[in-house]
Amino acid sequence: MSEENKLVRMANQIAAFFHTQPALDGPQEVADHINKFWEPRMRRALFALVENEGGEGLDGLVRQAVPLIRRPPAEAARGPTTPPPAAG
Amino acid sequence: MPLIREIDYGTPESRSEAMVTLTVDGREVTVPEGTSIMRASMEAGIEVPKLCATDMMDAFGSCRLCLVEIDGRNGTPASCTTPVAPGLVVRTQTERLKQIRRGVMELYISDHPLDCLTCAANGDCELQDMAGAVGLRDVRYGYEGENHIRARNNGEANPHWTPKDESNPYFAYDPSKCIVCSRCVRACEEVQGTFALTIEGRGFESRVSAGMHELFIDSECVSCGACVQACPTATLIEKSVIDIGQPEHSVVTTCAYCGVGCSFKAEMRGEELVRMVPWKDGKANRGHSCVKGRFAYGYSTHRDRILNPMIREKITDPWREVTWEEAYAHAASEFRRIQYQYGRDSIGGITSSRCTNEETYLVQKLVRAGFGNNNVDTCARVCHSPTGYGLGQAFGTSAGTQDFDSVEETDVVIIIGANPTDAHPVFGSRLKKRLRQGAKLIVIDPRRIELVSSPHIKAAHHLPLRPGTNVAVITALAHVIVTEGLSDERFIRERCDWAEFEDWAAFVSDPRYSPEATEALTGVPAEAVREAARLFATGGNGSIYYGLGVTEHSQGSTAVMAIANLAMVTGNIGRPGVGVNPLRGQNNVQGSCDMGSFPHELPGYRHISDDATRDVFEKMWGVTLNPEPGLRINNMLDAAVEGSFMGLYIQGEDILQSDPDTKHVSAGLAAMECVVVQDLFLNETARYAHVFLPGSTFLEKDGTFTNAERRINRVRRVMTPRNGFADWQVTQDLARAMGIDWNYSHPSEIMDEIAATTPSFANVSYDYLEEMGSVQWPCNDTHPQGSPIMHVDGFVRGKGKFIRTEYIATDEKTGPRFPLLLTTGRILSQYNVGAQTRRTDNVAWHAEDRLEIHPHDAENRGIRDGDWVRLASRSGETTLRALVTDRVATGVVYTTFHHPDTQANVITTDFSDWATNCPEFKVTAVQVAPSNGPSDWQLEYEDLSRKTRRIAGKLEAAE
Repeated sequence: MSEENKLVRMANQIAAFFHTQPALDGPQEVADHINKFWEPRMRRALFALVENEGGEGLDGLVRQAVPLIRRPPAEAARGPTTPPPAAG
Repeated sequence: MPLIREIDYGTPESRSEAMVTLTVDGREVTVPEGTSIMRASMEAGIEVPKLCATDMMDAFGSCRLCLVEIDGRNGTPASCTTPVAPGLVVRTQTERLKQIRRGVMELYISDHPLDCLTCAANGDCELQDMAGAVGLRDVRYGYEGENHIRARNNGEANPHWTPKDESNPYFAYDPSKCIVCSRCVRACEEVQGTFALTIEGRGFESRVSAGMHELFIDSECVSCGACVQACPTATLIEKSVIDIGQPEHSVVTTCAYCGVGCSFKAEMRGEELVRMVPWKDGKANRGHSCVKGRFAYGYSTHRDRILNPMIREKITDPWREVTWEEAYAHAASEFRRIQYQYGRDSIGGITSSRCTNEETYLVQKLVRAGFGNNNVDTCARVCHSPTGYGLGQAFGTSAGTQDFDSVEETDVVIIIGANPTDAHPVFGSRLKKRLRQGAKLIVIDPRRIELVSSPHIKAAHHLPLRPGTNVAVITALAHVIVTEGLSDERFIRERCDWAEFEDWAAFVSDPRYSPEATEALTGVPAEAVREAARLFATGGNGSIYYGLGVTEHSQGSTAVMAIANLAMVTGNIGRPGVGVNPLRGQNNVQGSCDMGSFPHELPGYRHISDDATRDVFEKMWGVTLNPEPGLRINNMLDAAVEGSFMGLYIQGEDILQSDPDTKHVSAGLAAMECVVVQDLFLNETARYAHVFLPGSTFLEKDGTFTNAERRINRVRRVMTPRNGFADWQVTQDLARAMGIDWNYSHPSEIMDEIAATTPSFANVSYDYLEEMGSVQWPCNDTHPQGSPIMHVDGFVRGKGKFIRTEYIATDEKTGPRFPLLLTTGRILSQYNVGAQTRRTDNVAWHAEDRLEIHPHDAENRGIRDGDWVRLASRSGETTLRALVTDRVATGVVYTTFHHPDTQANVITTDFSDWATNCPEFKVTAVQVAPSNGPSDWQLEYEDLSRKTRRIAGKLEAAE
């Protein structure tokens, strides 16, 4: 399965759970979950999927959640951090 | 450092609150009602001679040595079977008693070999001690008469003589030394609960027998060693003691196998481990152990251990042994190069649930503070991450609610997706003990596990559900409880959010969750579900114990929430005997989660996006932390294949064997440019590694493990690390090579840092652990003694949260091509990926993984017991040998995953839990067919295995 399809499946699984919940704000719940657990490049890939390919295969709840998902910076930081001073 | 000699009080402690005062040999002593005179005497410091009594078991009264005289009573009652009474005046040493005891000992010794000097128990023999204690000076009967000692008497074969049984790899049985005290038989019954031993024959013919006069290895014996520990003579004794001799010092430490976290005395002679003896003060195990903890430590000195660091450019190159400095420098420069080339987030680390809290803490600190990202994860990802999420949502904290002692007060137990007698054996024994006292058991498992029916244990209900339908079954149980009016409304009103309860109650009351409606998809008869639900709701203290059969599903987190709902709706939270108890797989998987091993959480389960928490660590570590969650293991592998994740530091974890969809894992690892593996052995993952850092065993380092009951136990070094360094030192040196200035000189300093940053550990220190023995977190100013039971006065999150748990079928479905469901599990003698236990004599019990298949399914396919079969799924195929058994239902097959050549994870898919990505190990659609031998993949893998394990200048290492 391609990484893209995997992402769609993961997002839809999350949506499937929140579809069953009474919460009035399903999209927010889905977005919160993704913000909490998805690393930026996964969220970036999700945005790319929605913006470049129309979000094919994504559950409606995920689509509604997308605007509420925190958008990571376009490119990850380059290079390592400077070694920290004496710590520990 | 002397040998720890624990006091044997002779009979178990009484739990009565009423106290009784009596006089023993002129000393006044006050003890709980129900205490034996023997124990009361010992508490007064007077040791009454005894042979058949020991405080791990109930009094038996057979040896007639512990007799006493009581003023105003006739005769000489046995002090072990006589309870105390107010005002008793007891004499333990009188002329009459002396004579009787000497007479008894004289009879014992007349049929006992007099080879004390060359006997393995010399120096640790209660018979010898008692002969001395009673002043035995002569045996008037002589030694020539009938006896069990000699193979031949006066040239004739001796019918009473039986040869030694040395069939068990770890202990020997010499019937000629047996005094028939029955301690071994009673230990097997009362402590272990296996009932493998008995006394055969009567009178002088009486002898201890394993099973039906079988060899130990052929009997039902599970080799827990309780009988060996109980034996007062050399009749049952560890072969290691026969080989080495008696230990001279001992150190209390914690077992490194499962999540029960048993305390042991490591009994030593110099730096040689003579034997492991469970420690009676160990609060998880109370003096008991299993075959792994007691005996399976031989891997620590196995010749396969890698003791020198190694590096290589490509995985097809042979390994090259280098100095530690070279290995660190290479790893550090590669990690930095990768970060320059591919970005800061292109590397990460995996902490080990086998390592100590302190070591785990350092690895996540290295990733967060040194790598500058949060790409850190741990094996809990593939086992109990749904527990973390589910219980966090429902109760507000990610851990079991009870201590193991709690099982002693439970009345109804639900076991779901766990097999304690194999995977958590000491807990299994403690549970069996409670069941024999009358507690009721409900087993929810596709397979007929041992607890469903075994000697003196019978589950009230076994709900043999179809794999993947946990949520439907648990929700159906809740349906019955709510619709039949069995909810504990008072508890719910007081402790839970009432509106959420009402919503949930309406949800579960829907007829689609009635057992009658769910029967079609779960396969569990409706009536059985109804009866089980009624029993759980009305049977007294109800407790739920569960394992990976709950979590490793696409609805793992939902099932955990369903379990939490079930406990709350029946009011079974917040006191002894109840609760929700995840049985953790690895020795320190609880600890590794506590220590911030998850990519989204800092130590103490605090989200990385929380500014206040980050601030605490930023100040302590002197860095700025990334507020974004990092990659989970499976996401790391995805990112590697996609090209953005190129370096990984793996401490003590074998993801290639233990994680699902092996081909995906190997593709991910192969795509990386620098994989650093730190382990005892060249494990499966190491075939894709570029740097190998030798690891150390739990015997070689100081630290702490946290078990499934949140108990922080000390691990103490008993021997010098064979590789030279404890694992925390290796991580520290790697960090230093990366320019990070760490200067820990002892793990206690790391614990101090944990305590300073993590509120639930605030009062934990090595000094405090020394004083307390162990503590259960939270341990802080609110709970200075630690917390045996959680959520006592209220839930950590405030009000308990009921959450709707809609059943959503997994995408992994059976069909014409793959009509059977494969589920996986463990076996007693082997542990997880087997890296350790396969390198011990435990292979005597489980030399290969077998595929359990129901006789009907086997017959349809022309498969006989022991045949090679091909096991295929959508992901891949492998071969192994069949075991035809009705322990599994039709339509379900089962295997263990302890041997790497089985390649069980070639079969499992990359489906995972919706909330945590915990893989769906427990459900895979498969087909089974007869086969001639190993699959192409297995052969290819074997070839690759050989090639990638070469070390320059050495002969090929054998697995």
